[in-house]
Amino acid sequence: MRRFSKQLSVVFTMLICAGSGVSMADAAPPESRTKAFSTGAFDPFIDYINGRIRQGWEDNEVEPSAVASDEEWLRRVHLDLIGQIPSAEMVEQFSKDRDPAKRSKMIDKLLEDPAYVQNFTNVWTNLLIGRRTPRRVSRNGMQKFLREAFAKNRPWDEIVQDLVTAEGHFEENGAVNYLLAQMQNNDEAVQVTAATTRLFLGIQVQCTQCHNHPFNDWKQNQFWEYNSFFRQMRPVNHRKTDPKTGRQIDDYSEIVATGFNGPVYYEKRSGLMQVAYPIFEDQKVDPQSGVERRKEFSRLIVQGEKPLIATAIVNRMWGYFMGYGFTRPVDDMGPHNPASHPELLNKMAEEFVKKDYDLKQLARWICNSEAYNLTSQFSRNNEIDSPERGETPLFSHMYIKNMTAEQLYDSLIVATGAHKSGQSNWERAEEQRRQWMGQFMVAFDNDSGDDSTTFNGTIPQALMMMNGDLTKNAISADRGSYLNQLLTEKGNDQVKIRKMFLSTLSRYPDRREINSAQRLISGTPNKLAAYQDLYWALLNSNEFVFNH
Amino acid sequence: MTILNPYGMTRRHFMQHVAGAATAIPTMHFLSHLEANASQVKKQQKACILIWMAGGPPTIDIWDLKPGSKNGGEFKPISTKGDMQISEHMPKTAQVMDNLSLIRSMSTREADHARGTYYMHSAYVPNPTVVHPTFGSVVSYELGARRKELDIPSFISIGGSRGSAGFLGMSHSPFVVSSDGTIQNAEINMAEQQRLGQRLDMLQVLESGFINSKRGESANSHKDIYKKAVNLMTSKQMEAFKVDQEPAALKDAYGTGNFGQGLLLARRLVEVGVPFVEVSASVGSWDLHQGVFNSLKDQNLPQLDMGIAALVQDLKQRAMLDDVTIVCMGEFGRTPRINQNVGRDHWAASWTAMVGGGGLKNGQAVGKTDADGIGIEGKSYLPGDLWATVAHSLGIPLDIVHTSKRGRPMKLANGGTPIKELIG
Repeated sequence: MRRFSKQLSVVFTMLICAGSGVSMADAAPPESRTKAFSTGAFDPFIDYINGRIRQGWEDNEVEPSAVASDEEWLRRVHLDLIGQIPSAEMVEQFSKDRDPAKRSKMIDKLLEDPAYVQNFTNVWTNLLIGRRTPRRVSRNGMQKFLREAFAKNRPWDEIVQDLVTAEGHFEENGAVNYLLAQMQNNDEAVQVTAATTRLFLGIQVQCTQCHNHPFNDWKQNQFWEYNSFFRQMRPVNHRKTDPKTGRQIDDYSEIVATGFNGPVYYEKRSGLMQVAYPIFEDQKVDPQSGVERRKEFSRLIVQGEKPLIATAIVNRMWGYFMGYGFTRPVDDMGPHNPASHPELLNKMAEEFVKKDYDLKQLARWICNSEAYNLTSQFSRNNEIDSPERGETPLFSHMYIKNMTAEQLYDSLIVATGAHKSGQSNWERAEEQRRQWMGQFMVAFDNDSGDDSTTFNGTIPQALMMMNGDLTKNAISADRGSYLNQLLTEKGNDQVKIRKMFLSTLSRYPDRREINSAQRLISGTPNKLAAYQDLYWALLNSNEFVFNH
Repeated sequence: MTILNPYGMTRRHFMQHVAGAATAIPTMHFLSHLEANASQVKKQQKACILIWMAGGPPTIDIWDLKPGSKNGGEFKPISTKGDMQISEHMPKTAQVMDNLSLIRSMSTREADHARGTYYMHSAYVPNPTVVHPTFGSVVSYELGARRKELDIPSFISIGGSRGSAGFLGMSHSPFVVSSDGTIQNAEINMAEQQRLGQRLDMLQVLESGFINSKRGESANSHKDIYKKAVNLMTSKQMEAFKVDQEPAALKDAYGTGNFGQGLLLARRLVEVGVPFVEVSASVGSWDLHQGVFNSLKDQNLPQLDMGIAALVQDLKQRAMLDDVTIVCMGEFGRTPRINQNVGRDHWAASWTAMVGGGGLKNGQAVGKTDADGIGIEGKSYLPGDLWATVAHSLGIPLDIVHTSKRGRPMKLANGGTPIKELIG
């Protein structure tokens, strides 16, 4: 109906133009098209992305939400790229900046921030070895490998190849920790097969371990064909004597190659035993000894113009930034689960390969796209675009995401200005961080395939945010604390209230919020206590813990 | 966040439910009627207490002794008030065995700690495609969600948690407390208590602003979790965690260690309506690869014996025993053969789980192992059968099918069958 009336109005406009003799060029285009959106980046591929997404809006008759305010966008892009909210000063500076290209410049700046490396190291450590480090796996080793990879912006295909072919000591070659973590069960490499295909190829073959795929034509042998690539290795756990106690304790672990060759065997539902050979997308690998199958695998997965590993990472990163990928979940692509924007996904994967698997370029495309720059507020004209209710995402507004535990912690640190007190005691800070993370993770068993957009906070987490030590410290009024400092600065209550909003919610308060805060302050005999209460409320608010 | 005053919250919360549910009946009349029956209603609420023996208990030395066999070990069987014999180191429990039963033919094939723990808690073997809910989460999902008067979580795990809600969602995760009832970050001091109302007022302003700005359901979910957390902090039911308030004599009867106090806490929790409580049988390691008899005799069994006997008597005295099902087991049993370190190793092929209360036909031993404790004679049982039996006594329909996030149907208790002899 809406579409129909829009067409009508166009026809009507044309009639008037024709009648009054005004040339077409002078006719004002519809409001929403007055000017194509731009962050200031010049890259025809961003225009292509915007075009494809717009097509989806038109086909589904939705109007996009407005472009996000500078404050909203700045907070989002900070959380997504560097894993923490911007400081109050940064927000003020950015919102005053008149440069029309300031958004694209901000993206480039954040991509070079050391926190970018840390953020994506956190993201991938959690994906590769889980939030809780399994036994005999070195989290430090894993992080070291990833830090180096993201700091050098190594091509994604090389990173994946290193991970799947890794061998050796778990701290000397940190990449092996992925394999060590996925080989905990002593299960004929079943878990590592499932994880590798899911994480890097974006397909879920694990159910074909036991039977043919229920929703597409993948057969049981496919799982075991993939599996046979991962049978030539095993983890070895070394022990040593503790010189102090004389007892045997854990030493290092490693992945070593074994001489396995020939086919693997599996059982059909009927009880029949079957054989499977190493085959990847119809390409057979010689099953005889002497052939390093993981090397062959790493060669085969990058073949073609648009290999699965490219599509998989494009889909995953789009989902990371936008809240939803082109498929749901992002790592279950296949004929049974068609993508929302197949053309865009495929084209982006091809371009990504042409750009040599450049992860920063991929982030740049997405963050500079129109869809990424829209507000998360929806309106009557796009409320049907609601993937949380099961609809296909149209990206006509931003979808709000949960902060990860790491983002939340680091943002709390930024909000309370603790990061400015210098790196004098890095080790203690790191220890505190791990302790907090450990506590926050209690009863936080969400598996990595979960949507990041469904709020899955728990009561213990709410209690921790309300009453935990970190919050207590954050709202402390001791000397040198954020509040103490704020209160001794110049300015009336309103100035201070605005500052507090900026440093937590990265925006200015509205009239209603200022009034409530002022009421709170004037109604409390102890002014300091009132400020503490306000700060407590800001840090505990939904707006603070969401990336929106 | 409609309720902002931390005091008297439970009552107002309650009034709201009443107002919402029964507009046709004059409110005050209906309310007094409800209150009169409240204690009665709670007592009839079904619940399960799982006593978890992490590490895998040597059930051949506790519940299914083999005197005369080379595998028999050092302990002698004694007679009980039920129709079975148990270890001489369980004398107090022997006196209440008419209220408990043994399933002596568990056969569960998973003899690795992690896999066995997962299997015994969920009735499903680990599978890379899905995380199955532990049975406490299933009970929380089925019964807890319906107990609107319950301010505290409906699945509480005392002394650590051993499983997750899986695809049933975070709100059915085990809520972990220590055996003295301490909930991390739930206690606030007087000064903070006085400020809570004011803080929540301000929070309400901020949260509603964000919710009204139309950004989707998540903003609301956040508010709901905070409401639950505040309810928890300020609820009268928090008293249930104060195990210290029990009379000294009763505390002594349960045993003053972590296990005894945890068990007593479990009773307090089921009393206020919590449908599933898991208690760690932390009386020393159960993973007895060496020195099995000394450890059992001196450490594990005296405490286990006291605790179980006290729990049964306590529940009975409060007329709760028919509504509370007790399960006591670990992830597997231990080898009938005694190893060179006078220990027993992992063994899943033939072992015993204890169940009781819950209106089951108690006082019997179901299933049988051979004279050396190695093979099973007759019918054997899987964890699904055990949990189906528990579901039966909790009144959870057995034909319930849950659906995983990927749309895969999952039968309750993996489609197990309640044990005929126990349900009568």
